[in-house]
Amino acid sequence: MIYEPSVTAVVVFILFVCVTLGLSFYLGSRARTAQGYFAAHGNIPWFVNGIAFAGDYLSAASFLGICGMIAFYGYDGFLYSIGYLAGWVVALFVVAEPIKRLGKFTFADALDAKFGSRGIKLAAGVSTLAVSLFYLIPQMVGAGVLIQPLLGFPHWVGVLLVGTTVIIIVVTAGMVSTTWVQFLKGSLLMIFSALLTIMILQRGFEAKEPAYRSIRLPSATNLDVQTLQQLPALAGLELLPRQGNWQQSDFVKSRDPATGETLVWRFRRLEDGVVYLDETQAVTQQPDGTKLVNGLPMGTKPGEAVLHPVGNISRLPDNQTKTGPLGPLSFISTLQQSEIVLWGNQTITDANGAKTTVYYPKPTPGRKVLRPGEHPRFMGIRGDKFSDKLNFLSLMLALFCGTASLPHILIRYYTVKDAASARRSTIVGIACIGFFYVLTLYLGLGAMTSGALDVTNSNMAAPLLAQSISGLLFAIISAIAFTTVLGTVSGLILASSGAVTHDLLTDVCGLKLNDHQKVLVAKIAAVVVGVVAVVLGILFQKMNVSYLVGWAFSVAASANLPALVMLLFWKGTTKQGIIVAVVVGMISSLAWILLSADTFTAVYGLPADAAWVPFSQPGIVTIPLGFATLVVVSLLTRKTQG
Amino acid sequence: MNNRNARLGFILFSIYLVLYGGFVFINAFAPYLMELTPLAGVNLAIWYGFGLIVAALVLALIYGWLASNPSDDEIDSQSSGDGTNSGESAR
Repeated sequence: MIYEPSVTAVVVFILFVCVTLGLSFYLGSRARTAQGYFAAHGNIPWFVNGIAFAGDYLSAASFLGICGMIAFYGYDGFLYSIGYLAGWVVALFVVAEPIKRLGKFTFADALDAKFGSRGIKLAAGVSTLAVSLFYLIPQMVGAGVLIQPLLGFPHWVGVLLVGTTVIIIVVTAGMVSTTWVQFLKGSLLMIFSALLTIMILQRGFEAKEPAYRSIRLPSATNLDVQTLQQLPALAGLELLPRQGNWQQSDFVKSRDPATGETLVWRFRRLEDGVVYLDETQAVTQQPDGTKLVNGLPMGTKPGEAVLHPVGNISRLPDNQTKTGPLGPLSFISTLQQSEIVLWGNQTITDANGAKTTVYYPKPTPGRKVLRPGEHPRFMGIRGDKFSDKLNFLSLMLALFCGTASLPHILIRYYTVKDAASARRSTIVGIACIGFFYVLTLYLGLGAMTSGALDVTNSNMAAPLLAQSISGLLFAIISAIAFTTVLGTVSGLILASSGAVTHDLLTDVCGLKLNDHQKVLVAKIAAVVVGVVAVVLGILFQKMNVSYLVGWAFSVAASANLPALVMLLFWKGTTKQGIIVAVVVGMISSLAWILLSADTFTAVYGLPADAAWVPFSQPGIVTIPLGFATLVVVSLLTRKTQG
Repeated sequence: MNNRNARLGFILFSIYLVLYGGFVFINAFAPYLMELTPLAGVNLAIWYGFGLIVAALVLALIYGWLASNPSDDEIDSQSSGDGTNSGESAR
């Protein structure tokens, strides 16, 4: 699709950035001490901190990623919502109060409170940096992906813009400005998602004739080119012989002699033996780098073609054409009995290296859309392979355990006054985040049926849904999506700068710094981490990086959680136990990920079968491994400590 | 460490773990159950998902209601290391 950068979007967007930066400068004077810079003096009101939790946690992956996944595959995206929220239960019931009592500025503080060991600081500091960096890259790439269609800038401008804004936010007032930016973002995200949901429910559903041609083939038609050419519906089109990789596919190509348009058609076989020939949309990446849409150059001028927006209901229950306003439950029960056109895709490579991605319609009954297991990543739960089921369990375990081990979330506990405030702000956080995750289901399903989806970019589902309602709303939602990136990135950069300054330089290297020097060094560290994040964000542009958030969760859960939990609940824990558990958890989960089928296909471009580990998600192996390592090493080193 | 809160937290955590574990295991080993529509034409997958989100909030509120504030109790020995009253405030 081609996006027109709208003036409203640019204005709203600039307004948002100015307010954020103005807020930071206004608060700038309040963070001159280390206590102010790292922990906002511990005097953030618990309610504000609770909303800021939501602002910190609800990253672009939550907002854009989950909505997009629900819009394209249905229920499966909601599994992430459930898992991400469940993690907060661990944070509240197990981690919140002790971490507040034990630490001062960073996660490593809390882990090290009993022992005063440089080894623990080193291990925890490094794991903080690793987790934060994995989390940062997808956020930065997300900023570029977002700004491209929104403002018409190239990718690197978006990344640079986010990087610069965030560095300014963090450097001016550290945790103080970060907290208020996150509070602002959390509130806006909540309010406008709720508004958008109300509008979706008000709009209800409408059944539409699909925009693509769909030809029901007479029974027992021979599916070869000569026979199909005789179909009256294809009159005027010249069917092309099926060659190379196309022979084995469900596709057949046609050419319009008048316009030169090359269409790809797909055989859709129903269970009762009926076969349809559906028109698809195809994008061809030529070996010389140019892109063709349906065989024509991409563009809006005559002789050019663009992809159509998609996503509609093909049949409503009782053959209604329009439902009118719906309630939250009738919205879902109506969808359950409808038929929705989802879009799949398949890429076929020609002998000359041209790659054609065919986006094809898949009319799907609502009851399938609303059940788990339609997304390729979750299909395994419907199969018989035990390793696929383990993979699913492993993912859900990592989500459950990951949240309470994410450094940028944990440092937020140091911004409130005491353990009771830590508890209260977590409860507010759970209420907001839970509410938002319920809304993601409506936003995703609303986008699915909005007729506005871009088949090539699921991340744009939520903004495009807003666009299908009004242009102003599109501008606001896009600007909020952008502040979403700002809020999360500033939290991550602050966590990293704390790890570098407080844990690694001061405690491990023994650098003696007075309070002001410490703040200065922390600010320099924030700039350096910010610049690294910008560079990585530009380098990783072409890669699908959404899975890096999953890495961050798995590594955090495997490296940090066992040490934290055992420290709190087992008196036999020794410092060697903690150090080795953090290192083993971190390395084993990373190694597992690097050797997994997901990484083989997505990063190395190797076949999935070549992977060394039986399933992709490490959590179910590496989290218990972290616990076991800690117990064994602690038992072995217990005597030496007396 | 505040034992009362830790014990309460552990109980509530266990309740949630059972609920969440139930959801994950049904999805993994009996996904067809999730397609049943027990109430209002909405399937079990959605009900259970919403239920987990609501349960998290309800348990959190119960915890907030029942947990004691350390400041009300006797000051507990391990809390001496915290930085909350460090007096480093800037102004």
